[in-house]
Amino acid sequence: MLLLRFLGSTALSLFGYLGELLFLMLETARSVVTTPIRWRLTLQQILEVGFRSQLVVIVTGAFTGAVFAAQTYFQFHRLSMDTAVGAVVAVSMFRELGPVLTGLMVAGRVGAAMSAEIGTMKVTEQLDALRALGVHPVDYLVAPRMIAMMISMPMLVAECVGIGIAAGQFVAVKMMGVAEVYYVTYMQKFTALRDLEMALTKGFVFGILIVFVACNEGLKSKEGAVGVGRATTDAVVIGSLMILIVNFFLTMVLNIFFPAGV
Amino acid sequence: MSSTPHSMLAVKGLTKQIGAQQILRGIDLQVASGETLVIIGRSGSGKSVLLKHLIGLMLPTSGEVFIEGRQIVGLTERQLLPIRKTVGMMFQGCALFDAMTVEENVAFPLREAGERNPEVIRAKVAEALDVVDLTGHEQKLPVNLSGGMKKRVALARVVITRPNCVLYDEPTAGLDPVVSDSINHLIRRMQKRFGVTSIVVTHDMKCAGHVADKVAFLHEGAIYFYGAFADLLCSPDTLIQDFIQGRSGDTD
Repeated sequence: MLLLRFLGSTALSLFGYLGELLFLMLETARSVVTTPIRWRLTLQQILEVGFRSQLVVIVTGAFTGAVFAAQTYFQFHRLSMDTAVGAVVAVSMFRELGPVLTGLMVAGRVGAAMSAEIGTMKVTEQLDALRALGVHPVDYLVAPRMIAMMISMPMLVAECVGIGIAAGQFVAVKMMGVAEVYYVTYMQKFTALRDLEMALTKGFVFGILIVFVACNEGLKSKEGAVGVGRATTDAVVIGSLMILIVNFFLTMVLNIFFPAGV
Repeated sequence: MSSTPHSMLAVKGLTKQIGAQQILRGIDLQVASGETLVIIGRSGSGKSVLLKHLIGLMLPTSGEVFIEGRQIVGLTERQLLPIRKTVGMMFQGCALFDAMTVEENVAFPLREAGERNPEVIRAKVAEALDVVDLTGHEQKLPVNLSGGMKKRVALARVVITRPNCVLYDEPTAGLDPVVSDSINHLIRRMQKRFGVTSIVVTHDMKCAGHVADKVAFLHEGAIYFYGAFADLLCSPDTLIQDFIQGRSGDTD
């Protein structure tokens, strides 16, 4: 009985939370369609989300590609499949590692900043001031962030994938001694435009998830500094978990449109 | 009480319950156009909550709120936005946008109203800052302002669009007597210069005496006294006299 009650309340909380997110998404979609887009704020957010996340994304992509190439080489070398390292690294970076790791890093860096900023505005009555001045907080705060994220995330994913593949190639060719011509040939043979399309689609979806989770946590934060801290933590934790969970379902669905393999 | 054709703001049977706590208990109020109503009462009596209901920032449990004769309870957030542009609100903590300079804060309502001409914006911001004696502080961030300066920036941001009505939440709270007096004069100046209807929530009796046409004394979420400030001072009621004299009834 106790277990049933626990499962019931957990399910209700989950559906309640998803309902909040859906409501915020609909309100934002309505805002984008019915009110003028604040391009100055959107550009500021592109600078914050896209430009200022570069270092994090470059380091993540480079070292993930490098270590993945090294590990793949260590395993494949025993089977004399050294030349397949490039294909494995490229496909993995495109289809999984690039989008997921970029999503997780951006959720940590940008999602936390968004929820903290909006949460602080909430507890210091700046959101009420916006409303009192006749400005809808979703129009002013959420819509520009969503557009910025939709533009920036696919680019960040592309950057992460590119850097990862380049770093992988460097490790495999320059450090492990894999023949460059075979490395590149097999990589080109086993990757195609569909892999890039999958990566960019995932980046786009993860960006939307991050922005709505972060903004929702910020908008509903309360109880002063403690509440803002909690909102920030929740934005990162929930955002990261959602990326990992949604990634599985997205992979299954996107594989229909962008099938793996030659 | 219902909204009359001449009333700027009116509330009827307003109640607010949060959890088990009854914050407002059937408030009836009416503020005529151009009038200044001061709402006084002890901390926690529901003054700020009442003020937020007047502009639709909080939803009542029951009751009605009218702005210029239009019932606002039940309107959606988006329906409320244009109505709120006719009513300015100065928050207790000022609620200045901390990422913006003084100039950007004051210009914000103008830009949101669709004004794009930088010359017009600059001129109106200069005029608003002149009214509150803050000329020369345009490029400062709110974090670098004193409490009194923040209040004056908040006031400039409210009046720049010439609202028909201004709501002040504790305009002199936390300020020294000299700055408080300056804020009181500013509120009075706004009334005289722009003829706005004002509702001032305060527990500062000097502020109340300076700006009030009418006073409402709020006690435990209900209107305990409503009338002229002079009548409040003469009231024989112990509760009111304790508040005016600042007597807690406690002994050392």
